[in-house]
Amino acid sequence: MWMFIGRRAVATIPVMLVVAFVVFMILRLSPGDPATVIAGDYASPADIARIRAQLGLDQPVALQFVSWIGRLVQGDLGISIFSNLPVTTLIGQRLEPTLMLSLTTVVFSVLVAVPLGAVAAWKSGTWIDRTVMVVAVLGFSVPVFVLGYFLVYGFSLELKWLPVQGYKSPADGIGLFFRHIALPAGALSAFYIALVARITRASVLEVLEEDYIRTARAKGQVESKVLLVHALRNASVPIVTVIGLGIAALIGGVVITESVFNIPGLGRLVVDAILKRDYPIIQGLILFFSFLYILLNLLIDIVYTVLDPRIRY
Amino acid sequence: MKFSRRAFVGGALAAPFVASLPRSASAAGSVLRVIPHADLKNIDPIWTTAYITRNHGYMVYDTLFAMDETLTPRPQMVETYNVSDDKLTWTFTLRDGLAWHDGPPVTAEDCVASLKRWGKRDGMGQKLMQYTASLEAVDAKTFVLKLEKPFGLVLDAIGKISSNVPFMMPKRLAETDPFKQVPEVIGSGPFKFLKDEWVPGSKVVYAKNEAYVPRKEPASAASGGKVAKVDRVEWLYIPDPTTAMNALISGEVDYYEQVPGDLAPIIGQTPGITVEVLDPLGSQGMLRFNHLLKPFDKPEIRRAVITAVQQEKFLQAGVGNPDFYKVCESYFPCGSPLENDAGLDMIRPHTIEAAKKLLAEGGYDGTKVVLMQPTDIPITSAFSLVAAETMRSMGMEVEIQAMDWSTLTSRRAKKDPVENGGWNVFHTWWIGGDLVNPIAAVGLSGGGTEKAWFGWPTDAKMEELRDKFAFTSDPAAQKDLAKQIQKRAIEIGTHANVGTFFVPCGYRENVKGMIKSPVQFFWNMSV
Repeated sequence: MWMFIGRRAVATIPVMLVVAFVVFMILRLSPGDPATVIAGDYASPADIARIRAQLGLDQPVALQFVSWIGRLVQGDLGISIFSNLPVTTLIGQRLEPTLMLSLTTVVFSVLVAVPLGAVAAWKSGTWIDRTVMVVAVLGFSVPVFVLGYFLVYGFSLELKWLPVQGYKSPADGIGLFFRHIALPAGALSAFYIALVARITRASVLEVLEEDYIRTARAKGQVESKVLLVHALRNASVPIVTVIGLGIAALIGGVVITESVFNIPGLGRLVVDAILKRDYPIIQGLILFFSFLYILLNLLIDIVYTVLDPRIRY
Repeated sequence: MKFSRRAFVGGALAAPFVASLPRSASAAGSVLRVIPHADLKNIDPIWTTAYITRNHGYMVYDTLFAMDETLTPRPQMVETYNVSDDKLTWTFTLRDGLAWHDGPPVTAEDCVASLKRWGKRDGMGQKLMQYTASLEAVDAKTFVLKLEKPFGLVLDAIGKISSNVPFMMPKRLAETDPFKQVPEVIGSGPFKFLKDEWVPGSKVVYAKNEAYVPRKEPASAASGGKVAKVDRVEWLYIPDPTTAMNALISGEVDYYEQVPGDLAPIIGQTPGITVEVLDPLGSQGMLRFNHLLKPFDKPEIRRAVITAVQQEKFLQAGVGNPDFYKVCESYFPCGSPLENDAGLDMIRPHTIEAAKKLLAEGGYDGTKVVLMQPTDIPITSAFSLVAAETMRSMGMEVEIQAMDWSTLTSRRAKKDPVENGGWNVFHTWWIGGDLVNPIAAVGLSGGGTEKAWFGWPTDAKMEELRDKFAFTSDPAAQKDLAKQIQKRAIEIGTHANVGTFFVPCGYRENVKGMIKSPVQFFWNMSV
């Protein structure tokens, strides 16, 4: 196992280098120039050139890349062109809200979706199965921002139970944290509940056809034990894969939810940086997301061994 | 490698709660919670012209002079000033009680360094410095400005209300290269910036500066007594307008600085919330031509498009709600001292037929017009669509090129032909405070490729008129020159004015003391 982790860690390096190169080149080749944004309306061409020189944007692209990589290997993601703050500080400020939102969503989705999917498979073809599938289709179909606004209208503006927007850290109080995260996590969960429930249903349905399930039943195992111990556990590998990839997708892709609920997370940071052409932030964040994807994939592989002892690396 | 499943699951569930970062304690005292019009991305109001950074500047810095609600510059940090008979020597003395947020008193040397830094970035500042022989501190509270020629807008320049505002900073910060951001925020204004609580993209916090000594006069626009009536001001940036509206309605914020026109009726009908326009001048939409490239290298063709501009159409598309726009053809803001109607007869009536006639006189040969449309700025994006339709109805071939504002700002600096990334026309807008005189209104410059604003009109007569204005301090003479400048602007077609719009604010009933001004201020406001 440790050899496997070591090999995967080494394999990360070329992947990150390729990502770094591609991101850097895409940004340099795309239109837009932070120097003109900084220079403002009264700047002369000489002023703009001076700012470009100060940002190092007048250097050959190859030299800029080498210089950036040089700082990167020392753990320096650079300084934001606009806020003048280290990119690591900006990521640090935004990481917690995004992580908390993603994890809350995933935990809630799993707690709801896995039992729903398993029951749907167990009661395949009945009204329970059809109801779960209708709910899943709805979860897939309703855009997160539509659901978000509905939840805000109902729970915040009408019932006044929960706040409209904002984020509170668990450090500010668990109750406060849950009050603020409930609606965004609820809105975001609809899709993931639908996804995980469908995968769970399909996996469990497949496993329920297996010989060992028939054997378990023949031995007189109670149905709940057949479902939970024998079927669900053996169906868990694809479910874990979907959940793991879901976490990765959530961390990089919750920008709409972050906007609707005004959560200061990584999604909004990257969009703002792209609109301003704040190169160091964009580069740093995309590298960070890539690293996170690789890490989560590794974690998923490790979790496989916990869930299925037959899997060995 | 073995895991205890219980430990694994327990660890995973506990992770969110142990991963939290330390947070500052919640604030005590009165807090004004504001949704600002934009995110504060940078903190140096000399380094950038962004309006949000200008507003941040007004929170933490003070100015030597400041405009009152009649747009007259009034002393602010200055107690007394004298001007010599030949109008070449200006002596300024600072008032008592001025101190930086970190303790030391404000000195004349600080002010000299601040003015010099501002003079390297701001348009009016550059003009002032162009005619400055020397600017030196005489003693701790007095400094002297010596001019080579009697520049008539000394007080208008150093009392400038909008970007770049000549904010005063400690000398050690004011000596920062003006093309680099100052490393820290130390001002002498009514609020202190709490850098540790700044989360770009989310939150900016200011605390009342207990040591600030306000002037005795009542607050009037940027001038008068800047009395901080709350202990903290929190800017909570909410980019989504619907979420911002809901936050105001639910009472999570007190003040929404710029309410979109389409949401204003909903917010206005909510009990306990008022929607009001505080900016008496509004903002002016501009259609800017590239004077270097065909077809807009000919004044007749530029004037043809200006003739075709029916402001009502632009404003309906861009703003929609008639409560928040006004047809105003003056190139200087309606309601400002220099508002006039000179030259408007040249572009009236605003009909397509009249425009077509001018277009024919200009010899339009079917050259395609490339119009840059900033799709991430709703109002100018809508203006662009109307402009394209207007030009097409005149018989012009128009290609709309959609892009974000950042791309537009870099592309507008290109003087190349269209096929090499150049452009013909684009929309932008200016707040009225930027247009109150022809020196501040950079769109009127005829300084060509070296001095004029993007689009680069070249016109010696216009520059002569602007120079005359710069050396005139008599209000009547200034008005007369403003008329001549406007007439010339229309004659040569510097740009088209597509109308004036107003952005209202929304606030809860507990908020009092808003100041009517083209710029948002937070002193004098209480909750």
